[in-house]
Amino acid sequence: MNTNSLNYLVNSLYLIKPELAISITLVLLVLVDLIFIKNKKFLPYVSLAGLVVAGYFIIEQFSTNTFAFATNNSAGMLIVDPFGNFFKLLIVFASIALVFFSLSSKEIKESFERHGEYYTLIFGMILGMMIMVSAADLIVIYVALELVSLSSYVLAGITRQSLRNSEASLKYVIYGGISSGIMLFGISIMYGITGSTNLYEINSLIQAPQIQSLTFVLAGILIFVGIGYKISAAPFHFWTPDVYEGAPLPITAYLSIASKAAGFALLIRFIKITFMQSVDAEGFWHLLGIIDWKTFIIIISILTMTLGNFAALWQSNMKRLLAYSSIAHAGYLLLGLAVMSNEGITAILIYFIVYALMNLGAFYVVMLIANKIGSEELDDYKGLGYSSPFLGASLGIFLVSLTGLPPTAGFIGKLYIFIALVDAKMIAVAVIALLNTVVSLYYYIKVLKHLYLDKSQKEVPAFSASLGSLVMVVALVAPVLIFGVYFTPLVDLAKHSITLLGF
Amino acid sequence: MEVGLNHFLFVSVCLFSLGIFGIVTRKNAVMVLMGIELILNSANINFVAFAKYGNFGYQGQIVALFVIILAAAEAAIALAIVLNIYKTFSTVNVDEIDTMKD
Repeated sequence: MNTNSLNYLVNSLYLIKPELAISITLVLLVLVDLIFIKNKKFLPYVSLAGLVVAGYFIIEQFSTNTFAFATNNSAGMLIVDPFGNFFKLLIVFASIALVFFSLSSKEIKESFERHGEYYTLIFGMILGMMIMVSAADLIVIYVALELVSLSSYVLAGITRQSLRNSEASLKYVIYGGISSGIMLFGISIMYGITGSTNLYEINSLIQAPQIQSLTFVLAGILIFVGIGYKISAAPFHFWTPDVYEGAPLPITAYLSIASKAAGFALLIRFIKITFMQSVDAEGFWHLLGIIDWKTFIIIISILTMTLGNFAALWQSNMKRLLAYSSIAHAGYLLLGLAVMSNEGITAILIYFIVYALMNLGAFYVVMLIANKIGSEELDDYKGLGYSSPFLGASLGIFLVSLTGLPPTAGFIGKLYIFIALVDAKMIAVAVIALLNTVVSLYYYIKVLKHLYLDKSQKEVPAFSASLGSLVMVVALVAPVLIFGVYFTPLVDLAKHSITLLGF
Repeated sequence: MEVGLNHFLFVSVCLFSLGIFGIVTRKNAVMVLMGIELILNSANINFVAFAKYGNFGYQGQIVALFVIILAAAEAAIALAIVLNIYKTFSTVNVDEIDTMKD
């Protein structure tokens, strides 16, 4: 190996500093767990320190726009660009929230002896997601996806306290295994047609018209199965309600945000890089005609949000209700991609910040209530709005935000998606999405009705959460309300982050 | 008769279909996992066959190595989960493991 390529390799290592920070923390966690075998209370603080360092590195290199690990004859394995860094930052934010969630979750506290594995697996998942959002090669994509999946299969059943915990784990591993297998088969076909697994090389190879289009369409759709499962788009969403209901609450919240965000980043990158022909002056993409992604994604997104919203109507378990609501939100987010323009991607990024805040908040309040009353059933929520006014009011704000009503941040997220749709003259789709929002109003408001209007049969014990948890709730409620009226920083950040390498 | 790319692809498609068939029809969780293994290995055959007959270099073979390792990791985790299921439910029939309602 000559000095030039050695230097290049070292430079590439500088580009993946956030990933390195996460990996080192992972090893540190294992060591700390082994050294302080009796005392596990250091683990969350080690995790937090690692996450803060990784976050600092991401912010430091936010505007970098280059390849890492390119060789002489290929375009590079990883991409470091603002788009990827945005999602990495979102993942780090969700992970910090996850550590705080775990600190106050009764379920996690009770499985004390497994804390070492718990935090180690979380870091495995973070590492996988960070590689997922910056991958430029189908094989890197597959390996990162498996890294995330394998960690989350175990995390879904980590407490092993209840039947549903183990069941969630089994269902996750079976559905996950099948969809990643099908995705790998798609990758193998795409490799067979083009002779490359690099997205940029595939893009330049399929510009030629003599590609076997039917086989290529098949390969593209098989790969979509794997990604669609990660973002729980219909018809690959069957695992979502069961896993979300069975998994410990902090993990459910984490899966619904970080894992979904990584899946979306991967989907956007895959479609935009592989099938891009040109971007016009107004920011609309002109994709190669080989697969009609626009129609395909419109159909999938309408199916996803309609199914999610209508199934949520009958739910009586709060976790299950939020699971279906997260499926519906995946539908709205897919609409932003269906627009196939830079404006649509901006809308997705704005929606993701907002979605992370409000969904984390809703799950956090549900967890605090579950800690006290030991149940997530809606019937047990009767009268809670009066016995614990602060938690009731915050849950109300998060649910109103999830519906998308002003003056909360959820409204801003939906507004930008609809503006993008209208600008692309997709009025019919916008109307369907609007009707879906109306349907979703019913089940979110149903929760509020249980909180405030229904009288409980039994005496509701008055309870308040600890000071730390209250600060956490305030930290999530405040931005939801503030971004609802003052959203310029959100929009600026999103506009700054839509730069993908190459286009 | 010379063995060519099409023969390998035929075998791989057969394996893929058998894998899907196994997943759909079998009730035993271990058999479902075997179906998943069949799918992964059908993709492996594809990778190696395309690399050999398409003259794409050694990338396909390397990919197959990656997939073998990941499949082993996945099988280890999945079997551990199935063992845990057997301890709690005393069955590994995927149809009976359904405590959560819709």
